[in-house]
Amino acid sequence: MKEEIVIAGFGGQGVLSMGKILAYAALMDDLEVTWMPSYGPEQRGGTANVTVIISDKEISSPVLNSYDTAVILNQQSLDKFEASIKPGGTLIYDSYGIHHAPQRTDINVYRIDAMEAAFEMESAKAYNMIVLGSLLKIKPIVPIESVIKGLKKTLPERHHHLIPMNEAAINRGMDLVK
Amino acid sequence: MTPEEIMKPENLVYAKPRLLNDNHMHYCPGCSHGVVHRLVAEIIEELGIEDSTIGVAPVGCSVFAYNYIDIDWIEAAHGRAPAVATAVKRLNPSRMVFTYQGDGDLAAIGTCETIHAANRGENIAIIFINNAIYGMTGGQMAPTTLEGMKTSTTPYGRRVDLNGYPLEMSKLLAQLDGTCLVTRQAVHTPAAVRKAKAAIKQAFINSMEGRGTSVVEIVSTCNSGWKMTPAQSNKWMEENMFAKYPLGEIKNTVKK
Amino acid sequence: MEEKRLLKGNEAIALAAIRYGADGYFGYPITPQSEILETLEAEMPWETTGMVVLQAESEVAAINMVYAGAACGKAVFTSSSSPGVSLKQEGISYIAAGELPALIVNVMRGGPGLGTIQPSQADYFQATKGGGHGDYHLIVLAPSSVQEMADFVYLGFDLAFKYRTPAMILADGIVGQMMEKVVLPPARARRTDEEIAAQCPWAVTGKNGRGHSNVMTTLELNSELMEKHNEHYQQTYRLIEENEVRYQEYYTEDAEYVIVAFGSVARICLKAIEEARQQGVKVGLIRPITLWPFPTKRIAQLGAQTKGMLCVELNAGQMIEDVRLAVNGTVPVYHFGRMGGIVPTPQEVLDAFNEKFNEAKM
Repeated sequence: MKEEIVIAGFGGQGVLSMGKILAYAALMDDLEVTWMPSYGPEQRGGTANVTVIISDKEISSPVLNSYDTAVILNQQSLDKFEASIKPGGTLIYDSYGIHHAPQRTDINVYRIDAMEAAFEMESAKAYNMIVLGSLLKIKPIVPIESVIKGLKKTLPERHHHLIPMNEAAINRGMDLVK
Repeated sequence: MTPEEIMKPENLVYAKPRLLNDNHMHYCPGCSHGVVHRLVAEIIEELGIEDSTIGVAPVGCSVFAYNYIDIDWIEAAHGRAPAVATAVKRLNPSRMVFTYQGDGDLAAIGTCETIHAANRGENIAIIFINNAIYGMTGGQMAPTTLEGMKTSTTPYGRRVDLNGYPLEMSKLLAQLDGTCLVTRQAVHTPAAVRKAKAAIKQAFINSMEGRGTSVVEIVSTCNSGWKMTPAQSNKWMEENMFAKYPLGEIKNTVKK
Repeated sequence: MEEKRLLKGNEAIALAAIRYGADGYFGYPITPQSEILETLEAEMPWETTGMVVLQAESEVAAINMVYAGAACGKAVFTSSSSPGVSLKQEGISYIAAGELPALIVNVMRGGPGLGTIQPSQADYFQATKGGGHGDYHLIVLAPSSVQEMADFVYLGFDLAFKYRTPAMILADGIVGQMMEKVVLPPARARRTDEEIAAQCPWAVTGKNGRGHSNVMTTLELNSELMEKHNEHYQQTYRLIEENEVRYQEYYTEDAEYVIVAFGSVARICLKAIEEARQQGVKVGLIRPITLWPFPTKRIAQLGAQTKGMLCVELNAGQMIEDVRLAVNGTVPVYHFGRMGGIVPTPQEVLDAFNEKFNEAKM
């Protein structure tokens, strides 16, 4: 088992932390994992992306030419990463702010309306967890239980009351996938 | 009376401190360093802290301070003595830690380290020899060189439009919350030596007690660099240096 | 069994240092390694192990604090990234001259000048050929994973104390910033003052009843004595070269071609090699772990059994000089590199390999 994922969007959308939560969940399942962020000023309001590789074997390169799955949250990221999805791979994108829909026909394309769902939940903070829910519905790389376990592990005790909200957001994201 | 009669132990009124060793000093006759070295050795002996003192030597004329006083020393890179002393004291809080620096080391290349160590209130003593010239390298301008004073790099006298103003480090350091003692002394007369000794002693005690940074500036002569006899140098210092760098306590938060 | 944790390379350095029983850290923030200082400040080790952590006023002050701490026989370290490491070079030269054990971490970014904050390996020359003034070497360790970031803190300190010489962890922005699974090495207690006095009789501790003064100085105006000091340094370096060369190999048994790469780039190359192997091209990888001492002998052996070598580096060609010296003209050695913070993909490495070794083309 090996899944090479890129998550890309605007800085502030929770791209890096979504990747981190996914990586923690993989750690809970005792899988190998690398989490490689784009870092620096681009984190602040510009574009941000993170490569997460989850495998049951040792991982060589943390830097990739192509991805099994791309989770795309803005137009720039779609323009940048659409071509680097492996044939037969998966593209998940939020329609919010996408002006030119993806063109590839040799990949599986899922459109999710996660931003709208976040508006409905009246929680901008839930956004990346909604996206994560959709990703895990389409690609069940790790079980939800591992995600929750990972959250418990990484969130300081004083933030544990937020876990049910996160779980609800993940479920909402799963429901978005038809 | 023969010399032998005079040299009887009961007639002894003055002796070299035990920690001041017999190495031949490289300082010029008339230089203030010898006197201040003696005071440092004497005070360490009097406080009984020979085993728990760490000195930090600078780059400049006193680069070889470690050759003359028998305590543990670290020789710092030029200007970095306060950074070195910072780490030594933080890693060895029970030690008395002092730096011994000249005006180039402390007030030019090491200004940053001096100000930040003092601003952090590091529990160290800084002995600052200010003779307004670079002695070791042959008499170039120091940041503390007086206006109009001739040096090898200000051969027509220091001009403020070219070289800026003499830097009053002690005045500057006294404004920092981290300093507990800032005082300006000299060692050109017996009375001055006594006052300087008291100041250095308090600085050392402050380091041991963890009261913050102590700065003892010693306004000094450099008769070689100034191109004067030792006696002329002392006179010139009194007339010119003391006008710009008046002696006395500038700050003391430790009330006796 | 110690717990597996997900850590950034920079965080792993900080946590490993606390567990090692380091006595002090002195540093100044610079991207992409500020998490080292941030993690140490958040962990507050002065409350637990008694380790000192200080954000210095500059890289220059920080390295001189390390010089001071090392002179006291303490296990102290600093970290920075390329421009900051340039500032530290004078102090590193003093540490080497004083034969002091200390650890310096460089999480490299693209230069020269202020450059970029993206990953680079352009400080190879600086790290392995001296860096500051005078004839000296650092032991240079090049981690390629977050686990090695943690492990090399231990190895670096241990080697530094064993040989009384500074050691450097030469990492890059990738391995500093990425997160991986890590098992932190077993915790050690900080050495007591008595242990330091016994193990480091040269340490400046205050005379402490020993009767004679310990003086740490690197000044020696007598040229004959200064030459003697230099001869002594060189003896130590020969000993390190004999005993401490470390490297890792993949697929070299039957390799017709060998890629030489260090740090995270070695892993990018490994993926390219796995791809090439699937296409039937017999290519292997050697990853120098110690960049100094360099695995010269092993690379010479590999040179004798292969048709050619490719050096892949995030620079204009630096380690390639050591590879060429090692093989001494027996096989062609080519360079492929990206600069200024660009990291090649495995495909780019494969393309470069195919281009250099035309005959290996499928």
